[in-house]
Formats: sequence, C-alpha cells, structure tokens
Amino acid sequence: MRTAIFPAQYKNLEDMCQFVVQAAKDAGLGESDTCAVELAVDEACSNIIEHAYGVENGGEIECTCETEGDSLTVILRDHGKPFEPERVKMPDITAKVEDRTAGGLGIYMIKKLMDEVRFEALGDAGNLLTLIKRKGKE
Amino acid sequence: MEITTRHYKHCDLLNVKGRVDSYTAPQLSEAIEAVNKAGGYKIVLDMTGLEYMSSAGFRALLLGQKTCKRYNRGEIVLASVPKRIYDALELTGFTPLFKIFDDITAAVGSF
Repeated sequence: MRTAIFPAQYKNLEDMCQFVVQAAKDAGLGESDTCAVELAVDEACSNIIEHAYGVENGGEIECTCETEGDSLTVILRDHGKPFEPERVKMPDITAKVEDRTAGGLGIYMIKKLMDEVRFEALGDAGNLLTLIKRKGKE
Repeated sequence: MEITTRHYKHCDLLNVKGRVDSYTAPQLSEAIEAVNKAGGYKIVLDMTGLEYMSSAGFRALLLGQKTCKRYNRGEIVLASVPKRIYDALELTGFTPLFKIFDDITAAVGSF
C-alpha cells in the first residue's frame, strides 16, 4: 500500500497521475488498463478540485493505492463539500454537436473506465471515492 | 503542453503536444479562439505528439467545434489521433463529432 497527499490544484494533476500510473504498473496492470486508471483518477481529482473544493481554493487530496490479488484499488479522500453522485445528470453521448454538453462527462468516464466505483460521504472524515480496476486480458 | 499554430491558405494547423488536462485545457481553448478571432474557422488539430487528453480537453474541442461549425463557416478536424486518445474519444461518443484523418496531409487537403 502506498499513500501520497497532493494540494488540490489543477497543476498537480500530472503528479497525481504519475503516482497512480506507477502503482498500476507495479500491480502488473497492462497498458490499456493503466491508461484507464490514469484517466479515471484525473477525472475524479478534477471533479474534487472543481466541485468539492471550488477551483484552486486549497485543500488536499489523499491518494492511496493498494494491490490485492489481480486488482488495483485507488482510494481518494478529500475534505471538501460532500459529493452527491445521484444529482449528476449523465451526459447524452449521442447528441449532435450543437446539442452536446460536456457536463457529467467526468463521472461517466470514471464509471466506464473502472470495474467498481464507490462514493462515500463520511462527514468530518471527508469524502471517500474508491476505484477498483481488475487486470484485463491484454 | 505545447501548441503551435500555422496558417495555411485554406485552413489553420494546430499542433498540440504533451498533456491536455484541466490545468492545460484553457491554453487549447485560447489557441482555438485566437484562430477564430483572426477569422479562421477551418482548423486541423494535429495530435501526433499528444500524450494525454482528459475530458477537460474534450470540452475545449467541443466548444471549439460548436463555434467553428456555426453558420457552416468551417469545422475542426483531427489528424494522427493516438490510439489511447481515440479510445477515450470513442468512449465518450466524441468520434462522430469530428472528421478524423490518419495524417496531416489528408486533413489539410480536406478543406
């Protein structure tokens, strides 16, 4: 298990990605699974920075990566506003250009890219987002 | 991320290198808007050196495409899209929104 704490700012997204990419590689995930984890974690952290904290307002994101058998678990913890995933409208990914909106795309991608996604609001203990990726056949 | 813009007779070529995420996507939007401001709405986005793009980049592309396509004055087309970025575009239903070319010559020639 490894944990790192990052200031919740967009400029740190690349470092957050590097941290989980290394964990994914060490866990033996293939290239496309590793890309999926990187993208999902980027989308999740971008959402935390934008919605939980309000852009560049400070706060931290604690990232823990754990390998268990054939899967990698990434846990993201923040102390921003509680997240209510059920209030996010899923995007219509079949709409034409003029009707297309990009809202909700992040959560949609996280759910598509990962095998398991769990949101928990723990009050003073913050928000926990658990993302699990199982090794695919590559 | 690094963006260079080159003006051609019939279109503008934007070369994007590196990572486009929530931190750098505003620069991509600015580069597209700068072309628009100069009257250019036919844009080739060369993704040869693009390593990574998150939904923040897709949002920038979508807004740019909406502006360029308005009044039928042009569009953004994509060239040399790396596989991992193509996969993410496909996952989010973005591939039908852009013409995608294997190389820059074909993309520039399409205008």
